[in-house]
Amino acid sequence: MSIPGDLKYTKSHEWTRSEADGTVMVGITHHAQELLGDMVYVETPAVGRQLAAGEECAVVESVKAASDVYAPVAGEVIAVNADVVDAPEKINQDAYAAWMFKMKPSNPADLDGLLAAAAYQTLVESEAH
Amino acid sequence: MLKQTPLNQTHRDMGARMVDFGGWDMPVNYGSQIEEHHQVRRAAGMFDVCHMLVVDVTGIGIREFLQTLLANNVDKLKEPGKALYSCMLNPAGGVIDDLIVYFMREDWFRIVVNAGTADKDVAWIELQRTAHAPQLTIRPRRDLAMIAVQGPQAREKVWQAIPAARAATESLKPFQAAEFDQYFIGRTGYTGEDGFEIMLPVAEAADLWKTLNTLGVAPIGLGARDTLRLEAGMNLYGQDMGEEVNPLEAGLAWTVELTSPRDFIGKPALLAKPVKMQMLGLVLLDKGVLRGHQKVATPHGAGEITSGSFSPTLNQSIAFASLPLGVAVGDVVQVEIRDKLLNAKVVKLPFARNGKSLINI
Repeated sequence: MSIPGDLKYTKSHEWTRSEADGTVMVGITHHAQELLGDMVYVETPAVGRQLAAGEECAVVESVKAASDVYAPVAGEVIAVNADVVDAPEKINQDAYAAWMFKMKPSNPADLDGLLAAAAYQTLVESEAH
Repeated sequence: MLKQTPLNQTHRDMGARMVDFGGWDMPVNYGSQIEEHHQVRRAAGMFDVCHMLVVDVTGIGIREFLQTLLANNVDKLKEPGKALYSCMLNPAGGVIDDLIVYFMREDWFRIVVNAGTADKDVAWIELQRTAHAPQLTIRPRRDLAMIAVQGPQAREKVWQAIPAARAATESLKPFQAAEFDQYFIGRTGYTGEDGFEIMLPVAEAADLWKTLNTLGVAPIGLGARDTLRLEAGMNLYGQDMGEEVNPLEAGLAWTVELTSPRDFIGKPALLAKPVKMQMLGLVLLDKGVLRGHQKVATPHGAGEITSGSFSPTLNQSIAFASLPLGVAVGDVVQVEIRDKLLNAKVVKLPFARNGKSLINI
């Protein structure tokens, strides 16, 4: 199981990567893509959309099932990754490179409330039992 | 506690991702569902179908019994070894299960039923036996394993794995079976490809599976089984049909034989019901994925998707939809997906056969 130590995670299996400019990249975890299987469709939020923490804002669909993606924190969508929309299988190939959208958090301190790698690993292990 | 097939440990050893499938612990894939799908269309793959149940019916007068029990007419089975696809209906005309019945001898017919309905099916068959043909013996065969090998290379691979099978099965036509040694092999399947379904003693199943694998036959999970059968236009029990579904509306009219004077369970109810819906294919024109239960808007009224997925062969999303009569092949309808209306084209089923797309969009 791949859970990079420099990222933060949500209970709903999104990962976030904080950039130097205060923005945050969001994708779904390696564990999530493994559960979903071969990705065939990705729907990203509109640039400029204001998200509440935990709001449904994107959709990933594998051959098997559709799954909602939730905003890890409140903020504005400032960019989306057209590459994963064109080639959803990139999420299967490398979940932590295949970011889905970038956001500017309303309150950067909200990121402190997300899970560190060890805590996310514990969560995944507990869900497996 | 989930039920396990004789191949359970073998699946785990081969790296399968296991899921609860109607109470059975089954492989959903061994890595990539899409690659497994292509493997079956392009070469050969094998499926653990041991969770399905073989039921042997023996005794005198089976043919008459099955003419009452089944909606299709076993009189179509004239040569020993011939198989027939049929629904088994309740008195209201709903589908208890869909099954394959093999005619072996006048005193031996073999039925293969779905996993999720197996107990219900056996109870129903026994109930009808008691009422109509108490002399017959109904024997569920949990002592038999079942492995399906499907794909353009499937038969050749089986002949390499079981050399004696070549002479016994080379002349089998589609939907025909032969019994030899410890094997019962039918040229049947659920993928739209050529291939065999092999029944054999449980103790031999893992060896055959491993031998086939060394010959290049890939293990295929339930995920690819579903996309293959969807492309092949094959109904799935519980999704595309069930006890509340009229088979004449669910694309199964070709299996309901109404022309002969015989009386079968469910026939009066079917004849009394007006047919209002039809089962057709959809190909999504916009981006997204069609799924079961999505609503379909048409100029003739509302319809609903019964099964939908992404089609690896067509590289776009496809579905079976229950649509009002009046909707025709070539029409464009709207499917409601997450509050949006997306365009889909109505097509004839199946979508693919023998490795090739049959759809031009």
